[in-house]
Formats: sequence, structure tokens, C-alpha cells
Amino acid sequence: MTYSRKLLEDLYATMLRIRISEEGFVEPILNREIRCPVHLCSGEEAIAAGVCSVLEKDDYIFGNHRSHGHYLAKGGGLKEMVAEVFCRETGCSRGRGGSMHLIDPSCGMLGSAPIVGGTISMALGAAMSAWVRGTRQVAVSFFGDGATGEGTLAESLNFAALKKLPIVFVCENNLYSTHLCIDEIRVSRNIYKMALPFGEKGHRIDGNDVLKVYEHAKQAVELCRNGEGPVFLECLTYRQRGHVGPDDNVQGTHTDIRPAAEIKRWLKKDPIKRLEKYLLQQGGFSSQDLQQIRAVIDTEVSEAFDFARQSPFPAKEELSNYVFAQ
Amino acid sequence: MERDETVMLIGQGVKSPWYVGNTAQGLLARFGARRVIDTPVSENAMTGAAVGAALAGMRPIVEHPRMDFMLYAIDPIVNEAANWFYMNGGKLPVPAVIWGVINRGGEQGAQHSQALHALFAHIPGLKVVMPATPADAKGLMVAAVQDNNPVVFIDDRWLYGLEEVVPEEFYSIPLGKGVIRRQGSDVTIVAVSYMVREALKAAEELAQHGIEAEIIDPRTVKPLDFDLIHKSLQKTGRLVVADGGWKTCGVAAEIAALAAEKAFSCLRAPVLRVTLPDLPAPASRTLEAAYYPVSADIVTAVNRLVKPCHEEGMLLHRVSYAAQ
Repeated sequence: MTYSRKLLEDLYATMLRIRISEEGFVEPILNREIRCPVHLCSGEEAIAAGVCSVLEKDDYIFGNHRSHGHYLAKGGGLKEMVAEVFCRETGCSRGRGGSMHLIDPSCGMLGSAPIVGGTISMALGAAMSAWVRGTRQVAVSFFGDGATGEGTLAESLNFAALKKLPIVFVCENNLYSTHLCIDEIRVSRNIYKMALPFGEKGHRIDGNDVLKVYEHAKQAVELCRNGEGPVFLECLTYRQRGHVGPDDNVQGTHTDIRPAAEIKRWLKKDPIKRLEKYLLQQGGFSSQDLQQIRAVIDTEVSEAFDFARQSPFPAKEELSNYVFAQ
Repeated sequence: MERDETVMLIGQGVKSPWYVGNTAQGLLARFGARRVIDTPVSENAMTGAAVGAALAGMRPIVEHPRMDFMLYAIDPIVNEAANWFYMNGGKLPVPAVIWGVINRGGEQGAQHSQALHALFAHIPGLKVVMPATPADAKGLMVAAVQDNNPVVFIDDRWLYGLEEVVPEEFYSIPLGKGVIRRQGSDVTIVAVSYMVREALKAAEELAQHGIEAEIIDPRTVKPLDFDLIHKSLQKTGRLVVADGGWKTCGVAAEIAALAAEKAFSCLRAPVLRVTLPDLPAPASRTLEAAYYPVSADIVTAVNRLVKPCHEEGMLLHRVSYAAQ
């Protein structure tokens, strides 16, 4: 398959924007400048970038606790996101949410939340709204392998299939549910097969290969737009950082969980390096091209961090704002 | 639903002629299978779907014919719907109505009987509506649907048999505004939902003994129209709260606390609560009869406030609720 230069550049830029901004959080987390729980998605960028690249602005997505990538890939404002992680008034949730509550309705990012599985049914509802109105909008639910233990997923799969709702269930299987390896929380590693008994189309794909994600997502979204949804995509990936914060959760640290060799093995499958290799060898990009893209993003991210740091915290007097909408 | 295409109804039994007392009858034929959806037994996902649909521009009503099952939906109601607007800095409101019906009595036992309004009233970000009359049910439902916030709308099936002329025209009753159901000068009875009926019966009996009770129906327990209660207390100085929920940390406790906080100088007597005892609902009819408070319990409570307890003849045998 051939890909347009624009698509390749967009995918690369999106993944890089996610990676560079996220890695920018590491230092401020370690020095306690950032205090809200931050769940980094380093290593998982290809899924958000690939899936969102096939969505229109008015399509809907819902994220989870690890949603910087989803938010940015769907077009959420970078400055507003960084400011939110710093819990500032200028943040996308005006400092009321923090890293786990990212929202940008202007681009269809309807929110993210750390209640495991909690947003799956909300994406279902967004898909239902499109179905009721007869629009061609699609909703995407991003959730992790840990959420497959929640009953709401089974309920949502059934209802989505029953009404043929335009929803793509995207399971980012990063092999760990907080500290527990997937083998300790599921009898089968084949998550995508959960969708099959409901009559849904389910696929397992290499979630570190952004082009594969793009292709499957494109098909899935087309099916949804044609009233042939829902589709379930299990994207196999790996969390390069800790469950929360930059800590690696490797042997020897206080959150000792994962074998160092396993992490090393997965770092070799880094989705960004992988795309870079493709761009240089088959995509017709030069290393100068890539450096140029990176330089633009470096500046953009650095401006966003300056913006966040210079932004005020919410004023105490505004504590009771936004409890109820007028 | 005629006026606003974004309004839709989803829930269990909306197609059924008997499930929810005919409240949804005819809607399917009129509005079609996309806006009126009878759902699988999946309270959690269906309620979450209503929340998600609300975020995506709809005004859904999700219906739980027995609110005991609504506990499966606590997560989308409490974690998601109630918090979404605040925790996202006012970016996106959740105009969803979560409709729960209390079904009690008839030897149905503990899991078909619970009145859980206090639980929802406790949660910031939720409004809780409890109509006591058919006309109010219509006006309050319209207001709940028009409200831009998640509204938990709870009605009591014991009220479904009530007959009353309901205006045909479109109208709404503002959330947070109570109503005086009966004027009186000796005691204020704040009665919630079904207990309004028992309070009205009690007031008749009390009137025969020369005691005029003022009955206030708050109509919404959150926001609560305490100003109306306060004004009444300035007149009567005595308060009995009658609520079909449990006593501890219940709506009656909240109203009593507000009276102590905001209207202490008006009070001439302690505040008494007529509520369910703090125990699960029994099935047997003999036990049910002892469990559910009725007008006699309200009469007893009023008598305790109006006349000294030791006065002979004024203390009825059903003193247990008020005294607990």
C-alpha cells in the first residue's frame, strides 16, 4: 500500500507531538512541580495517531486515564493540555481535572476519566446519538486491557452490536493492568475475541505499527459510517513508562514489576523509531525532513510548557464555579 | 419529545404496557424505534450511554422501572454524570434525566422496595426531583429534561394510582421551588413524594382536634426550597419531616439540620422525623404494615410537638418512628 506524503507526515508529527510533550512532563513530575497523577503513554502513540487520523473533526472520542495521546491526536489544544497537567486556570479543564480529565469538545474529544471502563458506555451513547440523528458520525472508545474485566464492556458490546451502532472499540493492550501482567487478570490473551460472540468484527493488530493501525481504523470507521459497525480493534502495544508517573516499574525499583529484559525488548519496537525507519527507507523522507518536523514540534511544545508555567492557578474564589450548568 | 428532537427515552420496559404504569405507552409508535428504545438488562451501560448521548448533544431520559437495579448504574451517575461538568471546567454539560421508580409494598421484599433519593441528593452535581402529584410529575419532568444538568427523577409507584386533572398544555415547574399543599398555623409538615398523601390525611385528622398543619411539598429535594420551609416555621415554630426513605443521613435528617442551622430561633419544639426505620424492607404484610410510616405516625409526631408527651390520650400507639 502507498501512503500520501501528507498522511505520513501527519502521523509522524502527531506521534512526535505526543512523545515530546509527554516526555516533557517527566522532569516536572520528578521535581514535584506537577503533582496530579500523570499516566504517560510513551510507546503507545501509534494507536491514538493511527485511529484519530481517519476521524473527522465532528466524530467523537472518549479516553481514559492515559489520554494525552488521544486528546492530541484528535486535535486537542497542546497548550491547554500542558496547562491542565500543571492544573492551571488556562488548562483545557480549567485546572479542575488535571491529567486524567482532558476534554476539547470543539474537536470531538468529549473527555477522559480514570474509572476503568467508565467511558466505554459514554462512547456508546455518543454513537447512539449519531444513530438517532442519522448523521454519519462515528464514536471511538479508547480503553486498556484492564478494562476488559469490567462488566460495562460486555454490556456495551452487546448493545452496540444489537443496534449496529457506529462505534469502534479500541483496546490498547499494553500487557499490564497497573502492576498486573495480563496473564494474571485474564484466562485468555485474545482480547479481540471478546467481541466475536456478539457478532462484532474483531481484529488484533500490531499497535506499534502506525500504518497497520491506520489501515484497520480506516476500514473500521468506513464500516461504521455505512451502518455496518461496531468494530473491535485490539492493538497490541507496550507501556514504556510506569503505570503512573515516569517510573519504569522495572525490577529493582520500589514499584518493581516488569522484567528489565522485557522492557528492553519492547523499546526496540518503539513505534516512532519504526515509522522513522519507514519514512527514510520507503517514504521518500530525508533525515533533514524529519529533523525539520521535530524542530517545529520542539518549539511548539516548549512554548506550551512556558504558557503553562506562566499561567495562574484557579482563584480560590472560583472554587464553586461549574458545579451546575445554567 | 414533540418539541425537541434531541429528547429520547431509553430503558427497560418502555414497550411494556404494564412495566412502568403506562408512563411510556404509545411513545414508540409516535416517535420511532430510534428515540424510544427498550433496552437489555444492562443498567450500567445504558445509563452511561445516556450520559454519553447527552455529551453528544441529546437530551436523553433513561428509565429504571425499579430503582433498586439503578444501583448498577451508580458509576455513570455518580462518577461520570455528576462530575463531568465540574471536572472539565464547565466545558460540557450533561443534560440527562435518570428516572428511577420506587416500587414498594406488595410483599416484594428488600430488593424491590428501596427509596434511594437521599443517596443521590448527597452527590454534588446532581439534582433530585420527587413529584407527589400527576400534574407535578408532568411539569417537573419537562423541567428536568430542559435542565442542562443530570437530574435524578424519582417517583413512587404508590402515587401511580392517583387521579387528577393534568393540564394538557406544555408547562414546566421550576426545579428547586416547593409548594404549600395545605395552609396551617400550628405545625409545619414537610412531606416528600408519597408522604405528601399521608401528610394530607394526617392534617385532616389533626384538624378535627383543632390542630392546623401546614404541609410543604418540596418537589425537589435538591436543590431544596428551604426558604419556603423557613417562612412556614416562622409561622408555626414546629417541624415534622415525613420522608419515605431511611432515617439515618436521610432527606429528613438534612431538612432537620437545615432547620437547626437556619431557623433555630423559630423553633419552639424539637424537630421530629417520620421515616422508614433503619432496616431493610420485609416481605410479609404484617411486617410491611409495621415498616411503612402512615398518616397515624405523622399525627403521633405532631401531637408530641403540640402537646406535652405525658398528656394522656395524645400519644398514639405508633410512636416508634418518631421516637427512634
